[in-house]
Amino acid sequence: MSMEQKAGTRLIVKDVSKTFYQKKIEPHHVVDKVSLEVKDNEFLVLLGPGHCGKTVLLNIVSGLMPPDEGSVYLDGEKITKPNPKIGMVFQKLGLMPWKTVIENVEIGPKLSGINVKTRRERAEYFIDLVGLKGFENSYPHQLSGGMKQRVGIARAYTNDPEILIMDEPFGQLDAQTRYNMQNEISRISEHEKRTIIFVTNNIEEALYLGDRIILFTECPARVKEIYDIDLKRPRDMIDPEFLRLRKMISNNTDLAL
Amino acid sequence: MNNNNLLKKGRRMGDLKYMILSVISVLTFLLIWQLLVIFGVLSTRTIAAPTQVLVTFFEKFYSTAPDGATIFTNIAVSLKVSLTGFFSAIIIGTPLGMLMGWYKPLDRFIRPLFEIIRPIPPIAWIPLTILWVGIGLGAKAMIIFFSAFVPCVINSYTGIKLTSQVHVSVAKTFGASNFKIFRTVGVPSSMPMAFAGIRIALGNSWGTLVAAELLAANAGLGYMIMMGRQFVRPDVIILGMLTIGILGFIFTWIFTKIENVVVRWRTL
Repeated sequence: MSMEQKAGTRLIVKDVSKTFYQKKIEPHHVVDKVSLEVKDNEFLVLLGPGHCGKTVLLNIVSGLMPPDEGSVYLDGEKITKPNPKIGMVFQKLGLMPWKTVIENVEIGPKLSGINVKTRRERAEYFIDLVGLKGFENSYPHQLSGGMKQRVGIARAYTNDPEILIMDEPFGQLDAQTRYNMQNEISRISEHEKRTIIFVTNNIEEALYLGDRIILFTECPARVKEIYDIDLKRPRDMIDPEFLRLRKMISNNTDLAL
Repeated sequence: MNNNNLLKKGRRMGDLKYMILSVISVLTFLLIWQLLVIFGVLSTRTIAAPTQVLVTFFEKFYSTAPDGATIFTNIAVSLKVSLTGFFSAIIIGTPLGMLMGWYKPLDRFIRPLFEIIRPIPPIAWIPLTILWVGIGLGAKAMIIFFSAFVPCVINSYTGIKLTSQVHVSVAKTFGASNFKIFRTVGVPSSMPMAFAGIRIALGNSWGTLVAAELLAANAGLGYMIMMGRQFVRPDVIILGMLTIGILGFIFTWIFTKIENVVVRWRTL
């Protein structure tokens, strides 16, 4: 199945809904008729309060989970299973503790059968880019939280995806590391241009990174508002325009429990 | 630096002090035992003095009395039996447990049979195995296999069931097939649990060895102990027990070394 699409659009999410049914518990409606488009090479931020729906939506987009209704199209092709063109940085990291940093980073190309030399070169390039040169042979538990997340980012890049999904990658970092990583992701994404879908519940983070912000409602997740962010980069968090946008989005956001 | 060296030295001194304490404990025990025998408090018909056990140990280098084999032959026979059973249990049990944990149909197919066999004590298999394959190597290896097989299966099964869902998702987003995910994510992440199972299997197989040889054998350490009883040779019995204990200790030590290499990421 394919679908008409405008030039410059890479990914289309059309009327996607998802409900979880469990015995003895009310059905949990988490995603409600979400439609959105992702443009080529844009940094799209999905901003939503609390812990509802966003991760599920990402799992549907990446093909890990089928939607109840609606479909997702990549370049006009319906997504039914995970696709190496779509890479993912997980909130819970998912680094394999039995692998060293470089073995973790090269796992994507390794699973698709690319030879050692090529994948090592690629892995080393991205390890260097995320600033982990010298830690190639460390094990994940020897690294700090921020460094672990860098490994996760390098891993996703090394598989050379066209679309990169980042699911609240900095959610578990302390404030200082988080600011630092926001700068880093901004630098890395300028250096290695990809289409990025970045999920966060932090308005400042969204404004600091996004070309476009899609604001979601509290449970179930619905598209509430779409903002085009025309601030020049690198962005300044105390620029009056930044603060004005921040206030506007903040006033429009549902309070999470 | 200097300070550090001093600390190290201090720790070594402490280690030495505790080691001396342990040695004294063993020596005291042996001494009391020896004195009790010398002064006739314990009858030499029921127990042998430590020195007598040592003498018998050297005698058994060449003497085949009373069980018909030297100590080395007995050790070799016992090792062959226990290692055959133990390794076949690992080779069959561990992969089986992992596959059952990963593939649900296989789980549902094999589990009922497994659950029936599981509670049967390994020793209860002895009469049947004697009927099947006599009292040779095969029979005893089979009994040991039953004792080691169950923990191998259960632990690797549980280990792979505990595979992190995020790790599976990571591999999925890279387009890996289910079998590839099993191999590259499931198997390595279940290794620590699988090893814990093998460790239990090692203890079981060594323990069952003696039982198997006590009942059905014509050589081996267990057989030697039994003959020691028949010929009223407590020195031979005690020698057999100590040999079994020391070999078991050596095995556990070797196994721990191997475990530390294979699941090094766990202990780093």
